[in-house]
Amino acid sequence: MDFLRPASWEEALAAKAEHPTAVPIAGGTDVMVEINFDHRRPEYLLDLGRVGDLYEWEVGEDTVRLGASVPYTAIMENLRAELPGLALASHTVASPQIRNRGGVGGNLGTASPAGDAHPALLAAGAEVEVESAARGTRRIPVDAFYTGVKRNALQSDELIRAVHIDKADGPQQYSKVGTRNAMVIAVCAFGLALHPRTRTVRTGIGSAAPTPVRATAAEEFLNAALEEGGFWDNGKIITPSAAKRFADLCSAACNPIDDVRGTASYRRHAVGVMARRTLTWTWESYRGARRATEGAA
Amino acid sequence: MRVNFTVNGRPQEADDVWEGESLLYVLRERLGLPGSKNACEQGECGSCTVRLDGVPVCSCLVAAGQAEGRDVVTVEGLADYARQRSCGTGARGGTSLDEARGWQAGRADSQTGEGTGLSPVQQAFIDAGAVQCGFCTPGLLVAADEMLERNPNPSDADIREALSGNLCRCTGYEKIMDAVRLAAARQSEGV
Ligand SMILES: Cc1cc2nc3c(=O)[nH]c(=O)nc-3n(C[C@H](O)[C@H](O)[C@H](O)COP(=O)(O)OP(=O)(O)OC[C@H]3O[C@@H](n4cnc5c(N)ncnc54)[C@H](O)[C@@H]3O)c2cc1C
Ligand code: FES
Ligand code: FES
Repeated sequence: MDFLRPASWEEALAAKAEHPTAVPIAGGTDVMVEINFDHRRPEYLLDLGRVGDLYEWEVGEDTVRLGASVPYTAIMENLRAELPGLALASHTVASPQIRNRGGVGGNLGTASPAGDAHPALLAAGAEVEVESAARGTRRIPVDAFYTGVKRNALQSDELIRAVHIDKADGPQQYSKVGTRNAMVIAVCAFGLALHPRTRTVRTGIGSAAPTPVRATAAEEFLNAALEEGGFWDNGKIITPSAAKRFADLCSAACNPIDDVRGTASYRRHAVGVMARRTLTWTWESYRGARRATEGAA
Repeated sequence: MRVNFTVNGRPQEADDVWEGESLLYVLRERLGLPGSKNACEQGECGSCTVRLDGVPVCSCLVAAGQAEGRDVVTVEGLADYARQRSCGTGARGGTSLDEARGWQAGRADSQTGEGTGLSPVQQAFIDAGAVQCGFCTPGLLVAADEMLERNPNPSDADIREALSGNLCRCTGYEKIMDAVRLAAARQSEGV
């Protein structure tokens, strides 16, 4: 095994181009488990720990450009207002020690259906910025990034540079089912974001299909129901029947398996429950914010 | 490969390190510092917790090469680290490998750990009876000490959160909670 230690982003891209089989290592919280248990013996480990750019984030007008290696702890501490869904999801990852090392770039690299960043990114709206020495930069919409169980759209000479995530324009929630609060890989998880500016609702489902997915049919149903009833303007409570239909459609978007963490039918059921709850929580907070601004006006 | 890094305030060099080796393995097997424990090697238990550039991490999940040029504090250096912190001096005397290997708790008769070679949080663990088999203790000490540095007056929820990555199979955690509350109280009384 060789340990490659690029000091800059350009050097990292050059090293990945020269050694396409090299395994990048950021926080190492996935890679080291595999090496410790001999599940993986890469020829080259490509340490990204010295590439300072990957640890930085920029808050822009409409998006946050989040460096691939920014640890979850930093997201929770610094980006709660801009990225509330991702900050909540980050807080559910493992433990403080793991959150101090692991980040979204590694979560995307592993592309596990149980990765907690994915539902939050899907719900918020995001693009993954990847780069290769030969072809430069391209941006992959996060919906197109997950291509199979633990597979992603990266080419062998590409590295993830950053994720561009839409700044929240409304309430966001993240919900996760597990046996305890810490150190739990999701049995299933659900992210939901209200986007009052575009009058849309977006979702993300974790651990209930071969890849993280959006519940598109549920989103379309709810977007139409909210529009029709003038809900965005009148701020009424979403009718129980609409919430139920939304939850059912979210369950239907799942394609889960039975495994040690849970059965397929439990996952489908739990996703429906989380969909209804996160919708209620976010909608209540949207109504509260509306009342506050109307009261002030 | 060779790894140069700072361990407990002193520069160290580890040789013949395999590229896939963990920082935990280097500390235990190459430098002879067995304080950091190896229980799961998969980030689940926290018994290998050390500070890497000040940040608590599972050393079993840090590749040795990633520690190159960095600053590591292990449980063996915790007393010195805490002493330097309370003196407010930037320069740390550090703990040599020999001192660290020969490390022993002194008699538990001082509240502050001064003169016993213990940090306040270590002394509190002894006084509160938070140590049974002791396997989880080093990781808990490093994690608890770091929390008290950041948050001198933690709520119970803060303590639980900060220690949520550390498993203990013996104590049932209540005595550990007591110990951290005790360390916090002594710290705020300035004893
Ligand atoms: C005890 C434990 C509990 C965990 N609990 C959770 C949990 O609750 N939720 C959760 O989502 N995850 C969990 N994980 C998994 C892991 O912590 C996350 O997936 C984390 O986000 C990985 O980030 P990292 O920087 O450590 O990745 P690494 O291990 O460094 O890398 C992971 C993968 O991504 C690739 N990679 C990393 N950076 C890049 C880059 N810039 N470009 C291209 N490829 C890259 C690597 O080659 C590797 O394939 C847990 C892990 C452990 C050990
Ligand atoms: S040995 Fe590192 S967390 Fe268990
Ligand atoms: S005292 Fe035995 S594991 Fe904690």
